[in-house]
Amino acid sequence: MDITRFTSKKFLIPAIISLVILIAMVTLPVYGSLYMVILITAILMFVILTVSWTLFSGPTGYMSLASAAFFGIGVYASAILLPTTGGKLPLLVVVVIGGLVSSILAFGVGALTLRLRGIYFAVFTFGLVELIKQVLLWWENSVTGTRGRYVMLVENDVIFYTMLAIFMLLMLTFFFLRRSKYGLAMQSIGENEEAAAHRGINVTMVKVITFAISAFFMGATGAIIATRWTYIDPYIAFYILYSFLPVMMAIFGGIGQIYGPVIGAAIFAYLEEVLLTKFPYYYMLIFGVVLVAAILYMPNGIVGLVPRLVRRLRKGGSAKQHAST
Amino acid sequence: MPQGIITFLDLAIGGLLLGGIYALLAMGLSLQYGVARVFNVSHGEFIMLGAFGTFTLYTVFGINPLVCLAIVGPLTFIIGFLLHKTMFTRLRLLAPNADVYAANSMLATFGLMFIIQNIALLAWGANYRAYNYLNFGVDLWGAIFTANRLVILGFAIAIGVAFYIFLARSRIGKAIRASAQDPTTAGLMGVNINLLLAICFGLGAVMAGLAGTLMSMRIPLTPTMGLNYTIIAIIVIVLGGLGSIPGSFIGGFILGIIGTIVTYLEPSLSLAAYYFIFMLLLLIKPTGIFGK
Repeated sequence: MDITRFTSKKFLIPAIISLVILIAMVTLPVYGSLYMVILITAILMFVILTVSWTLFSGPTGYMSLASAAFFGIGVYASAILLPTTGGKLPLLVVVVIGGLVSSILAFGVGALTLRLRGIYFAVFTFGLVELIKQVLLWWENSVTGTRGRYVMLVENDVIFYTMLAIFMLLMLTFFFLRRSKYGLAMQSIGENEEAAAHRGINVTMVKVITFAISAFFMGATGAIIATRWTYIDPYIAFYILYSFLPVMMAIFGGIGQIYGPVIGAAIFAYLEEVLLTKFPYYYMLIFGVVLVAAILYMPNGIVGLVPRLVRRLRKGGSAKQHAST
Repeated sequence: MPQGIITFLDLAIGGLLLGGIYALLAMGLSLQYGVARVFNVSHGEFIMLGAFGTFTLYTVFGINPLVCLAIVGPLTFIIGFLLHKTMFTRLRLLAPNADVYAANSMLATFGLMFIIQNIALLAWGANYRAYNYLNFGVDLWGAIFTANRLVILGFAIAIGVAFYIFLARSRIGKAIRASAQDPTTAGLMGVNINLLLAICFGLGAVMAGLAGTLMSMRIPLTPTMGLNYTIIAIIVIVLGGLGSIPGSFIGGFILGIIGTIVTYLEPSLSLAAYYFIFMLLLLIKPTGIFGK
């Protein structure tokens, strides 16, 4: 490998920024308050969901609405394997199992359905979430006779570090996948699937495996956040918003770049937390307005705004007016 | 009359009734998706608005719910029309291609869903609301139905058929069908495409609003009821074939009857059954029963 690639300015500046952010994050429990740690954990959860959604749906163009299903399965895996009393498995093993189960489901679903194009794939994955939820509800109502489960309590710092570890693993996967031959294959599937197949790419294989990888991270996140929620039921675990929010956050941030979904999810998640505490009655309303405004006025996301802003600044003149929109 | 036949009648009419409502919902969404190309996630919110509008008109002003049809219809049309004129037209003109428009407009309707739902929550509160109208039993060959169920069924079929005749016979209907096939060519033939798409979106909202008015006579209302009906409408239009109006009409009845039978056998599995049928159908014949 050419070493100069890693010492060039284009690589070095983002690397240094990432390192600084990383150090700030790792040491957060030392200087930050408990509220900070919990807040950042919540934000990280959304960032992971959004980035793993983008990992598959960004380059291939298949709009998956199954995120809530993979996330929820992780949550349930954790609830079953980590009951409040008598849980024997270590936390890390449970998180990996949560990811793997989601991954296996994604593999099966992907193999079955990834031949569906466009809106059909989106509605199928949407149906998947609801189907799992309804079957679980029926199971809890009529077979076990209990509604919901309690999950073992875990220290906030442990949850935070686990979440951070999943996030870092995801970013590394994302980064290297995109730069590999494999990432190029995905890109070409998104541009023209038939041409990619003719070029000798095993189209189905690439799609299914990426789908499974992205599901792994969603499942792992679900498994760790369940210990923070302590009580879960099918409505909480398979909440359909967890399918829509990653899509929204990714588009809000901009799908074209690696950092787009990260920024979009971080801002959106922060906004959600703040609105929820400041305006509990109006927050969903404000949320909706922000969403509509974002789609109407920033179709390329926040990241798409930056080049436009730079161009305006260079031209001078109306830069101020633009910054305020 | 033997019990078996009564049960059968009960299921058949119950299924038709549910199906009539589903058919209206799905025809509206079919028009919005098939012609206006907006995958409207907030479709159910218009049902909720129609239902709550009727509730308020009936309980506060004492207006007969059937008369409310004539009030809710135009109101929902105006809301839908203006939404398309402002929001979706802008999105359509900004989007570089059809796929981007499909994704962006769907997300916008998702935001719209939050907005409408939460305004309704602020206006009507989170409690269940209901009113009594035509709530007495009618004996049909031994099976007892409340009168409002039969009225709902009659009106749902009448509205559905009237709507179909409107699309099939009228000049606007012809323009709508032409735009569904090929918007660019329809535009070249002198159809004002921006106006027409807005009309389609408005008509879709009307169908949802009217379905809401009819439904409010029977079921308790809550501002968060919309999403379930959106999902059912999505299932029906896939069942009937995306963009096919007759398909949606018949698909609505099919789903209604299946839903009633499953509810009779195992009530808590009815929604799961919907999704199961839906996913099976997508795998076997994604273009739906009446798809091209």
